[in-house]
Amino acid sequence: MKKVFNNAKEALSGLLKDDIFIAAGGFGLCGIPELLLNAIKESKVKNLTFASNNAGVDDFGIGILLQTKQVRKMISSYVGENAEFMRQYLSGELELEFNPQGTLAERMRAGGSGIPAFYTKTGVGTIIADGKEHKDFDGETYIMEKGLVADLSIVKAWKADETGNLVFRKTARNFNPPAAMCGKVCVAEVEEIVPTGSLDPDLIHLPGIYVHRLIQGDHEKRIEQRTLREVK
Amino acid sequence: MAWDRNQMAARAAHELQDGWYVNLGIGIPTLVSNYIPKGIEVTLQSENGMLGMGPFPTEQELDSDLINAGKQTITELPQTSYFDSAQSFGMIRGGKIAMAILGAMEVSEAGDLANWMIPGKLVKGMGGAMDLVAGVGRVVVVMDHTNKHGDSKILKECTLPLTGKAVVNRIITNLGVLDVVDGGLKIVETADGVTKEELIESTKAKIVS
Repeated sequence: MKKVFNNAKEALSGLLKDDIFIAAGGFGLCGIPELLLNAIKESKVKNLTFASNNAGVDDFGIGILLQTKQVRKMISSYVGENAEFMRQYLSGELELEFNPQGTLAERMRAGGSGIPAFYTKTGVGTIIADGKEHKDFDGETYIMEKGLVADLSIVKAWKADETGNLVFRKTARNFNPPAAMCGKVCVAEVEEIVPTGSLDPDLIHLPGIYVHRLIQGDHEKRIEQRTLREVK
Repeated sequence: MAWDRNQMAARAAHELQDGWYVNLGIGIPTLVSNYIPKGIEVTLQSENGMLGMGPFPTEQELDSDLINAGKQTITELPQTSYFDSAQSFGMIRGGKIAMAILGAMEVSEAGDLANWMIPGKLVKGMGGAMDLVAGVGRVVVVMDHTNKHGDSKILKECTLPLTGKAVVNRIITNLGVLDVVDGGLKIVETADGVTKEELIESTKAKIVS
């Protein structure tokens, strides 16, 4: 079965509907599936729920879907850099579920691994624990967190082969592997698709079993906090 | 007299031990990396998915795929490794990170920490702070002793929503160093020119000797 599609719109055909739950990779603006997010904007589907560590900035990343009011709910750990997000959240238009960052990553990993729930110490004694099952193991208290299974995952990698084996680059890996794992369908965008057989099988970060559709494209890869050291 | 930001960071750097893997928070904790004592090898973790964080890049080294947990551009080192965020928090939750040095809004005498939310104000989220304080071996808070109104940030009980309960081991402020022990806080040392009495006077929590 051919996984490689010509562009983001074709790769998402038949997968987008109102009200679906999408898991997106990326941390800040680093390693975000920018081409697929643009195509989701163009599709005009609405009432979307996103599990994504951040919400982008006003004009890049998931932020572009907030401008068009296509997002109903975000599951995130940090949403600080987005004015439109805050406006919609404070006016009650947008629902927000804060998850601790590691809990969010593990919920994705677990959901994609057939683990419906797990126990963690993270958040015990805080408002995050409210309403969640508490259980003691070896004298320590833990709370139960549930695995996430998304209707669709969208991720960004550096390279792929034609079978969807993915290689990420530096810290752009971040949430992409767990986000890819937790989707019933996963679409990946990469900077380069190389012929099958040209990636070292020992150096593949995410096996193609998790990746159903694939596109290659040009990425802006915007930098959020350009920080340089002084050269003396 | 008291310690300034750099002196607080320099004092916090003395908490580091050879061979440790450490996570530094945003603000004064980030400055700690400038004061790692000679002869001590410390590997810095960035919780988005990196061990072996290097300094900020030059213009030529700038790489949009290489950022720290504060989303600032950084560089890699010869010993650097990269991994995904689930594995990153696996090593945090799993106790593999020896110590986190973090900022705080409030710390209680029981070691409760509040550093993520002020009710009624814009809430940005906890990021990885709750995972870090719950998981790492040792939590050291570095912060100003008082807020901008001059009120103690060290309290009998936190008034703000918690990041973690009974998670802080040591507090380093501009006035000195305190440990969280059974029954309250113990003075470890005072900052240059600060007396024990001044430290006690500025602290709205139980000090035990």
